[in-house]
Amino acid sequence: MNTLLAIFFYLSTLVFVVGLLQRIRNYANTPVPLKIPTTPAPTTTGGVVLRMTREVVFFESLFKANLWTWALGWLFHFSMLLVLLRHLRYFTDPVWGWVEFIQPFGMYAGILMLLGLCGLWARRLFVERIRYISTPSDHLMLVLFIGIAASGLLMTFAVHTDVIGVKSFFLGLMHLTIQPLPTNAVLYVHLSLVCTLLIIFPISKLLHAPGVFFSPTRNQTDNSREKRHIAAWAAKLESEK
Amino acid sequence: MATITAPAYRIIPIIPALIPGAMEGPGPYVASDKINEALGFPGHLVDDWHDKAIAKMGDLLSKYRSLKVYMDACVHCGACSDKCHYFIGTADPKNMPVARQDLMRSVYRRYFTLPGKIFPKLVGARDLTREVLDEWHNYFHQCSECRRCSVFCPYGIDTAEVTMAAREILDTVGYGQKYSNEIIGKVHRIGNNLGLPAPALLDTLEGLEEDVKEATGIDVRFPIDVHGAEVLLITPSADFFAEPHIDSLIGYAKVFHATGTSWTLSSMSSEAANFGMFIGNYDQLRTIALRIRQAALELGVKRIVVGECGHAWRVAYSFWNTLSGVGDGAEPNDRFAQMLQKQLDHRYKQPMHICEFTWDMIENERLVFDKSLNDKHIITFHDSCNVARGSSMGGYPGGQFDIPRNIIKAVANNYYEMDPSTTHERTFCCGGGGGILTDDLMEVRVKGALPRMEVLQQVADEHGVNFMACICAICKAQFSKVLPIYGFDRRVVGGVHQLVSNAIILGVK
Repeated sequence: MNTLLAIFFYLSTLVFVVGLLQRIRNYANTPVPLKIPTTPAPTTTGGVVLRMTREVVFFESLFKANLWTWALGWLFHFSMLLVLLRHLRYFTDPVWGWVEFIQPFGMYAGILMLLGLCGLWARRLFVERIRYISTPSDHLMLVLFIGIAASGLLMTFAVHTDVIGVKSFFLGLMHLTIQPLPTNAVLYVHLSLVCTLLIIFPISKLLHAPGVFFSPTRNQTDNSREKRHIAAWAAKLESEK
Repeated sequence: MATITAPAYRIIPIIPALIPGAMEGPGPYVASDKINEALGFPGHLVDDWHDKAIAKMGDLLSKYRSLKVYMDACVHCGACSDKCHYFIGTADPKNMPVARQDLMRSVYRRYFTLPGKIFPKLVGARDLTREVLDEWHNYFHQCSECRRCSVFCPYGIDTAEVTMAAREILDTVGYGQKYSNEIIGKVHRIGNNLGLPAPALLDTLEGLEEDVKEATGIDVRFPIDVHGAEVLLITPSADFFAEPHIDSLIGYAKVFHATGTSWTLSSMSSEAANFGMFIGNYDQLRTIALRIRQAALELGVKRIVVGECGHAWRVAYSFWNTLSGVGDGAEPNDRFAQMLQKQLDHRYKQPMHICEFTWDMIENERLVFDKSLNDKHIITFHDSCNVARGSSMGGYPGGQFDIPRNIIKAVANNYYEMDPSTTHERTFCCGGGGGILTDDLMEVRVKGALPRMEVLQQVADEHGVNFMACICAICKAQFSKVLPIYGFDRRVVGGVHQLVSNAIILGVK
């Protein structure tokens, strides 16, 4: 089983990294022919950095749109961030001090993450408008995240697993050796779901994560009168005349 | 056509329950062969429309990062789902911005993504069938490209970008909209949307000079094709004879007169509107914008000022520099743009909005007003969508909100704001923008005006507001038509420079 999971991990990480990089390169290489920031917009690069930071850290636009979705979404995302950071302890030896420090917070963040996810799913199921726009994959994506969070929490609070063993497995993977993995069905489920997520990431709506940074309505400076902006394909139209 | 009645106001503005299929139908009139061919589009739906449409979609995805990112990034969170005036007015779920985008996103997923190719049902992907194409024609003409959804989207997804792409694809296969395409044809042939030829224009302007002389006793000129004038005024052609537009044109002329500014109109380039944006076609957008460049070069003007028109100001402010070089900051080796930019006077913003011009003059105390002349008006201001969310004024974020309000307050005594959830960046479209201002879409227009009419009614009841000022030709035309259906007088709508015109005192400075 540990060999199987090791291969799964290598494969899914490869798909994740290559897929994501390709997608990002694709976004970066696609021209932006016109200035389309949603105004009022910052007139300087510094201002754009601030706007993007507010968007990514505080979900500013979502806050304007709907407080429930904002609260649940923010809870989910930032709990997940804490949880992810907490997991660094399985990949570092010795464990960095600050990772050590956030361990207890990360544990409880797992619960909040699950709550956020359940809230978002309830919204998707019970609010008529959101149900209307949901595809099966929207529901499955939440199920996948809930599965990951629930199996993780189960190991933290109920069926404990041998975390030293888990750590040596991952340190082994990082040094290209396959170490034994503790026998624990919940652990296998947890890890398989994570691998599935990694594979799905670059071909799904999870691309909103890199996408937001490339969104012209958010990342453009509002200086169209002061600086001429022109895409290469559009400039060609001028030379043809 | 059956009479269209106004939908009832919502007692509390709750989100409507969905009425699937409420706005199903054939959509607007399809452009005729003659109209389409004049723009270089196929005359009518081509036989291989399916392949052509998919190929065009691929082409647009490679040219517009916005479209590519927006097709991928939506997570169906629903933040936008209750933000569109057409959804609020019609309750048709396909008028929720996310659902409108999904009309195209479903096709994108089927043809351009791996999961959509393998598991279409799972990810909501679908083939591009004739039914889907018809649905595009209908629902992508129930979007006014007002960008309200983009304010609330956590990724900034702008449905306007998707609507433009959809219309561009429809035009590519010969399934474009009559209204927009016919008007674009007129601009190419005659120089303005209304198809007003130069002699008629000259007549109108002479008539205006006589009218103003009669009313004020002062010779306010409406010059046209004057070489060497300082300012070229580019204004929506509706200003030349539609009501209440014309009153704002008189206002601009009085401001120029009072400040001693030498200015001119152009008979060749007598249109600020640019419907190329509505149909998402870069070539049309550019060709129309180039008329202004040409007029500026031929007349040798130093400044370009734009009249009251919403999307025109978006195109002028955000796109003209790109399309035609009207602006500043071109690279030294950019001969195309430099040719014009060297001629323009860069002590002033290029292009400049007429409100920026007037406010500047007010701040410099170059204008004198008798505010009491506007006392019969109790005024509110409707932020036009494309000005609010697609442009700016005054060189700082939010100037597009302050400057028109500053002008109103400088020329009138009674001013009240509407509900703040419906003004500034959150303003509602009038319901007629983005190529919707046509009689064959009257039902869409009336229902789309609902959220604005509700809050107008509110300030009318609370403060007795009887005048809604705005700076957009489409808003003015749309409201003139729709206000009576909601029980208001059609003259409740008017321009900011109409108020300026009422209060300005000529011949004192």
